[in-house]
Amino acid sequence: MTTLLIFIIVLFVAIAIWQMVKIFDLAQIGGSSNQVASDKDNTFNGYMMIGFLIFIYAITIASFVYLGDLPLVSNSASAHGPGLDNLMIISMILIFIVQTITQFLLHYFAFKYKGEKGRKALFYADNNTLEAIWTIIPVIVLAGLIIYGLFTWNDIMNIDEDEDPMVIELYAQQFNWKARYSGADNVLGKANVRLIDIDRANILGVAEDDINAQDDVIVTELHLVVDKPVLFKMRSQDVLHSAYMPHFRAQMNCVPGMVTQFGFTPTVTTAEMRQNPDIQDKVANINELRLENREEIEERGQDLRYEFDYLLLCNKICGKSHFNMQMKIIVETQEEYDAWMATQKTFPNSLLN
Amino acid sequence: MSATAEIHDHDDHDVHHHKETFVTKYIFSQDHKMIAKQYLITGTIMGVIGVLMSLMFRMQIAWPEKPNVLFEALLGKWAPEGVMDADIYLALVTIHGTIMVFFVLTAGLSGTFSNLLIPLQIGARDMASGFLNMISYWLFFLSSVIMVISLFVEAGPAAAGWTIYPPLSALPMAQGGSGMGMTLWLVSMAIFIASSLLGSLNYIVTVINLRTKGMSMTRLPLTIWAFFVTAIIGVISFPVLLSAALLLIMDRSFGTSFFLSDIFIQGEVLHYQGGSPVLFEHLFWFLGHPEVYIVLLPALGITSEIIATNSRKPIFGYRAMVASILAIAFLSTIVWGHHMFISGMNPFLGSVFTFTTLLIAIPSAVKAFNYITTLWKGNLQLNPAMLFSIGLVSTFITGGLTGIILGDSALDINVHDTYFVVAHFHLVMGISALYGMFAGIYHWFPRMFGRMLNKNLGYLHFWVTAICAYGVFFPMHFIGMAGLPRRYYTNSNFPLFDDTADANVVITMFALIGGVFQLVFLYNFFRSIFYGKKAEQNPWRSNTLEWTAPVKHMHGNWPGKIPHVYRWSYDYSKPGHDEDFVPQNVPMKEGEEELHH
Ligand code: HEM
Ligand SMILES: [Cu+2]
Ligand SMILES: [Cu+2]
Repeated sequence: MTTLLIFIIVLFVAIAIWQMVKIFDLAQIGGSSNQVASDKDNTFNGYMMIGFLIFIYAITIASFVYLGDLPLVSNSASAHGPGLDNLMIISMILIFIVQTITQFLLHYFAFKYKGEKGRKALFYADNNTLEAIWTIIPVIVLAGLIIYGLFTWNDIMNIDEDEDPMVIELYAQQFNWKARYSGADNVLGKANVRLIDIDRANILGVAEDDINAQDDVIVTELHLVVDKPVLFKMRSQDVLHSAYMPHFRAQMNCVPGMVTQFGFTPTVTTAEMRQNPDIQDKVANINELRLENREEIEERGQDLRYEFDYLLLCNKICGKSHFNMQMKIIVETQEEYDAWMATQKTFPNSLLN
Repeated sequence: MSATAEIHDHDDHDVHHHKETFVTKYIFSQDHKMIAKQYLITGTIMGVIGVLMSLMFRMQIAWPEKPNVLFEALLGKWAPEGVMDADIYLALVTIHGTIMVFFVLTAGLSGTFSNLLIPLQIGARDMASGFLNMISYWLFFLSSVIMVISLFVEAGPAAAGWTIYPPLSALPMAQGGSGMGMTLWLVSMAIFIASSLLGSLNYIVTVINLRTKGMSMTRLPLTIWAFFVTAIIGVISFPVLLSAALLLIMDRSFGTSFFLSDIFIQGEVLHYQGGSPVLFEHLFWFLGHPEVYIVLLPALGITSEIIATNSRKPIFGYRAMVASILAIAFLSTIVWGHHMFISGMNPFLGSVFTFTTLLIAIPSAVKAFNYITTLWKGNLQLNPAMLFSIGLVSTFITGGLTGIILGDSALDINVHDTYFVVAHFHLVMGISALYGMFAGIYHWFPRMFGRMLNKNLGYLHFWVTAICAYGVFFPMHFIGMAGLPRRYYTNSNFPLFDDTADANVVITMFALIGGVFQLVFLYNFFRSIFYGKKAEQNPWRSNTLEWTAPVKHMHGNWPGKIPHVYRWSYDYSKPGHDEDFVPQNVPMKEGEEELHH
């Protein structure tokens, strides 16, 4: 139905264009058929430049009004998140200022100096002072951003082993995620894809005789303890994947043949996040939208009601079902976590026969 | 090479002594002007295919998994009952990216304007080697044909993204498109690279050796500087992509392990051991990043020329412009790692690449400010070419600024591979370079075909395109910052993103309107080739040498002597002259100074 509608619209647009083309074409045959811009053209396009400047500002404002609450620049759920969000906001403000000013100058000059017959332009070829100014200002601003950025980056990427982070393996395969907890010893048992034994359900290729593997726990839902640092070790068994956890401002590729890592400390439990007014607004809005599309959603067999959860998504093209490679993340208190963990099978117990 | 140049340098050059047949004139032509047209037409056809693909996958994103007659008609078995298949979605994205970056904006843009303008603007009879130039075009044509053929293979065309990262691109069992489709993609690109290298070498040699008397490097128009430096970047970086492609072919077909290790797929362990996909990423981006400047610099060169001519003013800061082209070229070869901050490479390397990447913002800023200053107190002729050039500066600024976020390794963590990136690179490279190409076509159409494009249709084309380009790509920043990953066939499995759905519909609407309006351009273009108003010799009252040569088809460019050059190309509105332009071949008056040094 929608497509039919679109086609009717497209058809109308096409007809409208054709009409316009004819009109523009005719307009030229009658008048001077000179294809060089006349004063009239310059005036028209000069005013259009101002119109376009307003359009750029308008679409910026409209985007902020209608989409401004989408960006993840607040309510981060990790210890390093607020620092990163700060840097993001500072950069955004800076960009916003420069964008507003330069677009103004560009379009305003294009309007102000629109050509007139007989006027002569100013012969102005060089000015070293000006060049120096607009080299040095970006240098200073960028130096500031680089330094701030690098501190933030080092802070995130340097994992402090003294904090004794909980070591968890994130394991990617087309098209799902597994997590392997390292157990009481906090050391992951050795693993390699060559040890995979589907018949015995050793799907991650963990070395069965490694003592460190004996208390490992493999799960399909990621549970984290609030305020407890985690260190993820990423592996992939087939192609590149990327473990993207947007609410925690965390992402790292999973690369076959090597182990990559990323560490952070979750700071807000799932339950707390669901109580956050911003999140509640967002969820309410989404549920309203879902209600409008009820039929479709039920046809797909999904739950109509959406409830907030942290997610791990795949963010590196990995094949046909790349768009549906996700794992739920639950951040909870130590007690809740312990209770959940107690119900999980250890690796040796999860093996068949 | 010098042999031809010498023969052609006779003063009484006889135009008609080459016997030309239809084949040598229009098909296997060695004349740079004809080769330019061949590049332009081929690039335009590829562009139509690329844009059509983007409209299709945009419709899928806006109305996911809905039957669509267009899909049914164009995709055949890939759209059972009109519903687009997930594999073909990725293939469309992949081929769209490949075609737009390489076939339209590398070959179509550089191939057209380097070929047309280098000999004409430096005062040469032709390229250093007309024969290699012809081979270069035909290799490009061959690679285009192979790329188009790859769309029809049984298991589907390449679908691993235009970046074709292995193992996805290496293993047919990982993805249908990684079989025959990927083989053809690699073969096509290998031929493309050969074509590009032949072209680039020719451009470099021509600029160095065949400049007419008086055309010193500091008098070269900025177009030529841009084409020259672009060719150098191409010669440095394309071979690296070629070796990456060759190594990938080895891994795919001969069982080597350059990029592969420890793989278990579809129930079996593969023999590969010891390679690394990260190595491929390094090799790919060692070309991939310079590639965006290969796409962009010619557009900036064209813009410099058009903005100066139509402002009736010298380009502001000629030396700074040249210096910034050189700085961008140099820096562009040491920033590739900003595509790999979270690839698993050492975080310290990430810091280094953040540093070099943000450095590149400086020459870019200089260029933007210089364009704006060139407009200041000008007498702007706002013809379609000028509009597209101003449009380029606008999108270059908008898109360039978000590079400050993406180049910052810490910030990249959360927006990497989201729609934020799609918005960024389309504005700064895709749309900017496309505008540069349009500007060039509007400006040099009279030089190519001896006729004028209809200006009113040009205005219509520009204003609708400009509005739609912002309409498509500006909101994308926001849905990207909401965490929406790119290359997702549908977002309907993530209720989390339901609130981006409306924005996606609006974006697609803008894309459809913008796409359909390109027909105005195509109509104007093809109609004007035959029925456009006859052009004057120098319609834009420009200073550069190409406007001194007759338009009628002729080998050797100038019937008599090649003009000599006495000044730079930017003496617009120079005090002491009656006209507001002084062509490069006009001798200095007594006591007149070359003001720009
Ligand atoms: C009609 C105008 C265009 C539209 C609507 C459009 C739209 C898009 C969209 C939405 C994507 C992202 C798809 C995804 O990641 O799922 C994309 C990818 C891409 N586009 Fe465009 N695009 C247009 C023109 C261009 C131009 C002029 C270029 C030239 C540089 C270009 C180059 C690319 C590249 C390189 C990709 C990445 C392909 C990949 O992910 O493998 N596009 N395009
Ligand atoms: Cu994926
Ligand atoms: Cu880059």
